[in-house]
Amino acid sequence: MEWTDEAIVLSARPHGEAAVVATLLTRGHGRHSGLVQGGRSSKQRGNLQPGNRVSARWRARLADHLGTLTIEPIHNNAAAMLDDPLRLSGLVSACTMTEVALPDREPHEPVFHGLLALLEAFETPVWAPAYVRWELGLLQELGFGLDLSSCAATGTNDALAYVSPRTGRAVSLSAGEPYRDKLLPLPGFLAGHGGWTDREVLAGLDLTGHFLERNAINTGSGGASGQMPAARARFIERYRKMATLSGSR
Amino acid sequence: MSSSEIERLIQLLAKLPGLGPRSARRAALHLIKRRESLLSPLSDAMREAAEAIKTCSVCGNLDTRDPCAICADPRRDAALICVIEEVGDLWALERTGSFKGLYHVLGGTLSALEGVGPDDLNVTGLINRARKPEVTEVILAMNATVEGQTTAHYITDRLADCEVTVSRLAHGVPVGGELDYLDDGTLTAALRSRRPF
Repeated sequence: MEWTDEAIVLSARPHGEAAVVATLLTRGHGRHSGLVQGGRSSKQRGNLQPGNRVSARWRARLADHLGTLTIEPIHNNAAAMLDDPLRLSGLVSACTMTEVALPDREPHEPVFHGLLALLEAFETPVWAPAYVRWELGLLQELGFGLDLSSCAATGTNDALAYVSPRTGRAVSLSAGEPYRDKLLPLPGFLAGHGGWTDREVLAGLDLTGHFLERNAINTGSGGASGQMPAARARFIERYRKMATLSGSR
Repeated sequence: MSSSEIERLIQLLAKLPGLGPRSARRAALHLIKRRESLLSPLSDAMREAAEAIKTCSVCGNLDTRDPCAICADPRRDAALICVIEEVGDLWALERTGSFKGLYHVLGGTLSALEGVGPDDLNVTGLINRARKPEVTEVILAMNATVEGQTTAHYITDRLADCEVTVSRLAHGVPVGGELDYLDDGTLTAALRSRRPF
């Protein structure tokens, strides 16, 4: 068995003294792990940082074997973010969420392209709403997409302001007002309004977090442990702190 | 076939870094052949080390006394604390002989997938030390990896209330490094960390 594919490094766990078991998100083979011989060497370690884009060659005698991976770097995304705590925590959160939410060896090309787009967005000022949209895309790809096209109660698409935490459908401001304490706020940038604020990004993270936890993490699918990864909580905490310090728009 | 004692020796040696079953067998044979000159002194030394070596309650270093020789040395600069991930990193910095301050061993890095959280690291001890009036600077000497730098940023946040300067080791071109052979990540970090010349 052998294939070569483009991939994004999600994690690399030490295995023995010199090797690592790397987990990649590949374009055509989904989340896939493999043994990287010499993965702890100074030459290889830098390539195996989460978020790096690589060319991966996987080989195994049988399809269900762990197999060995040979990695060639394409673009080192992680290095550019090491000095930026907020973006770095976002990167770690995205890679961890991908690893825990996706099932093993099941192709999810849209998630690969979404993560690639997010990695590019990290180099722009609009990376935070892009991160929220990426998590929405992850939910969509896992089969739990939110319906934000029209109000679940009235059928209109005017002034959508809430999301039902049970059905994942949008609710308009007027229809949702009596139940506002039970509904999740829908950020304007997800409802098709232009612009975004830090407060809306945090509301978006709460929204996606609710459905990811319920549908993708607590189900035990993929590598899910039943708990939202601490990396995501740390990212949100850092973002909230930054928003508070900057006076939150 | 060898006896159970020899097999046990081989099995234990095979657990050491750098040794597999074959090399452990060779090492065991080598030790047995040099019973008086090597095996007995080695076993004595290992027993003594197991009994005597402690973890320093101040910095987390390994030594035969607590506080360790570095923490107890009055010639060291108590104003500087260098934070490292593991004791091996402390030994690496000590080998350079260029740092005369004190150390603080965290005991690892934050890792979401491995389930290592802030409570699993020796962060509280560092905050308590950084609050002491004589401490003026904390140097974060974490590995230039995503996990290492995530931990460094976390510690920086935790040290915000302490009246200390927080610095970190430089990232970039290693001594003797040729640009043509460096990976793009190192070059990116080097460009970002450039300084007036």
